[in-house]
Amino acid sequence: MDWQLVLDSIGPIALGGLTGTIPLTLASFSLGLVIAIGMALARISGIAWLSGLARAYISIIRGTPMLVQLFVIFYGMPQIGITLDPWPSAIIALSLNVGGYAAEIIRAAILSIPRGQWEAAAMIGMSRGQALGRIVLPQAARVSVPPLSNTLISLVKDTSLASLILVTELFRVAQRIAAPSGEFILIYSVAAGVYWVICLALAGGQDRLERRLDRYAV
Amino acid sequence: MPSEPIAPAPLLAARGLHKSFGDNHVLRGVDLDVAPGTVHALIGPSGSGKTTVLRSLNGLETPDAGTLRIGDLELDFSRPLGRRERAALHRASAMVFQQHHLFPHLTVLGNVTVGPIRVQGRGKEEARADALALLERVGLREKADAYPSSLSGGQQQRVGIVRALALQPSMLLFDEPTSSLDPELVGEVLAVMTELAAEGWTMAVVTHELGFAREVADEVSFFDEGVVVERGAPEQVFGDPQHERTKRFLQRLQGPFA
Repeated sequence: MDWQLVLDSIGPIALGGLTGTIPLTLASFSLGLVIAIGMALARISGIAWLSGLARAYISIIRGTPMLVQLFVIFYGMPQIGITLDPWPSAIIALSLNVGGYAAEIIRAAILSIPRGQWEAAAMIGMSRGQALGRIVLPQAARVSVPPLSNTLISLVKDTSLASLILVTELFRVAQRIAAPSGEFILIYSVAAGVYWVICLALAGGQDRLERRLDRYAV
Repeated sequence: MPSEPIAPAPLLAARGLHKSFGDNHVLRGVDLDVAPGTVHALIGPSGSGKTTVLRSLNGLETPDAGTLRIGDLELDFSRPLGRRERAALHRASAMVFQQHHLFPHLTVLGNVTVGPIRVQGRGKEEARADALALLERVGLREKADAYPSSLSGGQQQRVGIVRALALQPSMLLFDEPTSSLDPELVGEVLAVMTELAAEGWTMAVVTHELGFAREVADEVSFFDEGVVVERGAPEQVFGDPQHERTKRFLQRLQGPFA
């Protein structure tokens, strides 16, 4: 066992996490959430074509492999004249993916808020938009934290797929170190360890957020 | 000079309200008048349409036909309500729900002030001061910063009443405000309602509390199968009901031991 190699590799791999995996995750998750809220609202809008569009989007995203989505955007789009760099390609593919999964989570969370809340909001004179923004979405946010945290943690690991379209993130750094050294088990274990630490930190963040949002629950 | 006082024009006048949910014809031509400063109790078996009428008075249901006047607002349900008309209807009356429907993510003060501040555009400081004064009146001033989940059922319902009052409506609507409460908590809510009646609030109350209706209401309407079967002063409806259906309902409610 080459412990020196392990020690030497931790730095660059962790740096790959800090400059690749984490920003890729945060950017894709934020954009993905915006897409998801839009799709969730489209689904429950009661407007047939809009909700059909959202349904089709969600179905395609959930019914095709993320790797294929990534390749279509990075290798496929140039054929129709749209050439994107690795980073934008990865962020687009990952946020579209998050959007598809999180849309259903947010839709379910909105539908879980009792009808009486909409009625009370209407009674005090709110429009549907105000009721949604001030009354329903804040409560739906609490309901959706645990499942959205799942999505976020999956996303952290899914960013490793971006290494296949040449994004320099944690896993690609590990590959570059492992290949010449031949120490696959050591280096990839280090990479796995760094992913785990990132996910642990996120799970800790989830706990804190839930406690904060629970201040009004029994 | 007339020797008799002239009866004031009703604050609320509903005529010929009809409403169906699918095949279920729940309102079959309901008239309702509420004079300013009076309490009108709506009683009757469940499914008789009394709650649907009450909800129509706040725009939470839209009748298929009929007319409604509250104050200066006149609505004709035979054509679709515009957004403005619906907003005006919400503004004219305020509802206290059976299951309070307080907003769980807002504090007591937030529940009371969100309408005045966010919808009516009143100043924050003024709305807060008014809300605190109203909470003081129902004995909940010290709960202003608590969340609804930490209150008892009776306290929650009193906050529901304060939320309605803070909207400064021209009339108050109560939809079985004590039906979901433990028996020992009913009294505190009825006490607040009795006080409001004494202050001259115009109120329409759907209730199973016949004692309350008898003591506090100025007029009672007995509903059955989507129509008002009988209406009158409480001593008349309760003491000398004219219709068989009213008699049967009162007997059932008073029970074998009454």
